[in-house]
Amino acid sequence: MADVTMRVWRGDSTGGDFADYTMPAVEGEVVLDVLHRIQAGPAPDLACRWNCKAGKCGSCSAEINGMPRLMCMTRMDELPTEEPVVVAPMKTFPIIRDLVTDVSFNYVMARQLPPLKPRAPEADGTYRMQQVDVERGQEFRKCIECFLCQNVCHVIRDHEENKPNYAGPRLFIRYMELESHPLDTNDRRELLRQRMGIGLCNITKCCTEVCPEHIKITDNAIIPLKERVVDSSYDPIAWLGRKILRRTKRGAVEVAQDAPAFTAPTSEDRLERQTLPVMVGTAVGAGNPSTAASAGPGAGPAEAAGGTGPTAAGDPFGTDAGA
Amino acid sequence: MACCRVDRTGRRPGEPGGSEPEKEDKPGVSTIDDVKPIPVTIGGVRGGPAVRTLRRDPWWKSPAFTFVVLTLFVAYTVWAVFQNADYFVGISQHRDLISPLYSPCIVGSCVPGSHGTFLVLHWWMLTPALIGLSGPGLFRSTCYYYRKAYYRSFWQSPPGCAVADGHKRYTGESRFPLILQNIHRYAWYVAIAWNVILTIDAIMAYRLPGDGGIGVSVGSLVLTANAAALWMYSLSCHACRHVTGGHVNEFSKAPIRHRLWKVVSKLNAIHMQFAWVSLFVVVIADAYVRMVAAGWFTDPKLF
Repeated sequence: MADVTMRVWRGDSTGGDFADYTMPAVEGEVVLDVLHRIQAGPAPDLACRWNCKAGKCGSCSAEINGMPRLMCMTRMDELPTEEPVVVAPMKTFPIIRDLVTDVSFNYVMARQLPPLKPRAPEADGTYRMQQVDVERGQEFRKCIECFLCQNVCHVIRDHEENKPNYAGPRLFIRYMELESHPLDTNDRRELLRQRMGIGLCNITKCCTEVCPEHIKITDNAIIPLKERVVDSSYDPIAWLGRKILRRTKRGAVEVAQDAPAFTAPTSEDRLERQTLPVMVGTAVGAGNPSTAASAGPGAGPAEAAGGTGPTAAGDPFGTDAGA
Repeated sequence: MACCRVDRTGRRPGEPGGSEPEKEDKPGVSTIDDVKPIPVTIGGVRGGPAVRTLRRDPWWKSPAFTFVVLTLFVAYTVWAVFQNADYFVGISQHRDLISPLYSPCIVGSCVPGSHGTFLVLHWWMLTPALIGLSGPGLFRSTCYYYRKAYYRSFWQSPPGCAVADGHKRYTGESRFPLILQNIHRYAWYVAIAWNVILTIDAIMAYRLPGDGGIGVSVGSLVLTANAAALWMYSLSCHACRHVTGGHVNEFSKAPIRHRLWKVVSKLNAIHMQFAWVSLFVVVIADAYVRMVAAGWFTDPKLF
């Protein structure tokens, strides 16, 4: 068979460039297979993150011919062969080396997500939920945290300054899962509006386009969340109803105080990381599984340099204003 | 302080020893006192080349198509609105046909016969289409699908997936004026009222002159198709999906809303198609009525 040329980004935070590797084509291969052959041959020091090779671990995210995709799920025979296959790291996140990026931004935002706050259990001490109540959220459970949606989202891809105030599509589906949870009593809408950037999203649907699990992120999570925020903040009839029924909304700060970032005795401060390698990432009372992942392999350190978060323990934003 | 906040020992505020956790003596062990929001790293060095996009597929085709079609639609609509003529075919030509752009005709400048029994704004002497288009225009311009379409094709924000944004600063829909997109739900309520009016227009187009019998012409079918397309477009809307059942958290306790939500969700999956079809049908209906009213041909009677 003919040869294939892979044009792979080589470099780290000090700079880099594309390098071409010409390999014999093998039928049935995916991009990741060819990269492994490059590692076994001409470039044993090529860094790329991978694990399951089955599109279920979400590790091998990259940009193939400019499109964010999983390397293990992109067949070589669906790519044009007349030109080199370009493989670049995800653009939105800081590079560590070659195709490996520091995706810790996503874990930082995950830790600020207020977890499930269930209502009181029934008389016998249990909870009961019907299938129709939970099946809407089950779609979001398919997420493999490949962060392709976070990567493709132009809100942070092209505007780095939005990162501190934008949860991103991956976390919007988590917010929607919890907001529509039949047992949940938390109200995250003000948090979403003021701090987590639901208003920054302009629903151009790229997150849905790149999702390897085919989750309808925009239609089933982001737009419903926007509509729920309309309920809480932009709907005059709902506002009147709240006034008449004397219901109050929970403020963004109040909701944020339920987040694991508040209950977990941890810090992403670099100094503490150096002195306390064991403690970092040890969450106490945190209900969000994403939290545990923040200390897992592959999650680079979120360095404090350039961090913008205020440091007052009682108020995560310094002011209630947020966005 | 929120109810669920606990310290490292699992004690809640208010419990003995829980409200003011003591700092542990062990050096370097964090306590609740050390908790602080996690700073987000920004400004890190990114990998890959500094180019607009690495995509080589024709990603620009879709936004270019949208740009051309929407521009043509806006140009045609502006022309049709300010032409202020040939929008009504009276009973003299056997049918009451009114252009969907000019309905409801409730202002003083309407041609005789076109306003039926409703004549509300006697003092309004500008083109009636400004009223006729206000509701549907508001609905369409704040529609979640059209927002995607024009943000990509006109505002270049972004022009395509993994293609760089055309603007340096970006605040999305969090600031004025785009924060006004949140009125979409109310635009939907208005659009429903318009649909009712346009449906009445379609029904009126089946009336025969004179004895008041019923007949079918191409014009009556065109207006019926227009009303049907607009109903499908507005019933598949995301705001409709939320209002009918999307706001419910426990579907098991709201079976009717759940059923409605499931139906609307199915329609919502093809909202984009309805958006385009209804756009084209409105133009076709307006053009058809316009041609008949201008006397190019007589509305063919089928039976």
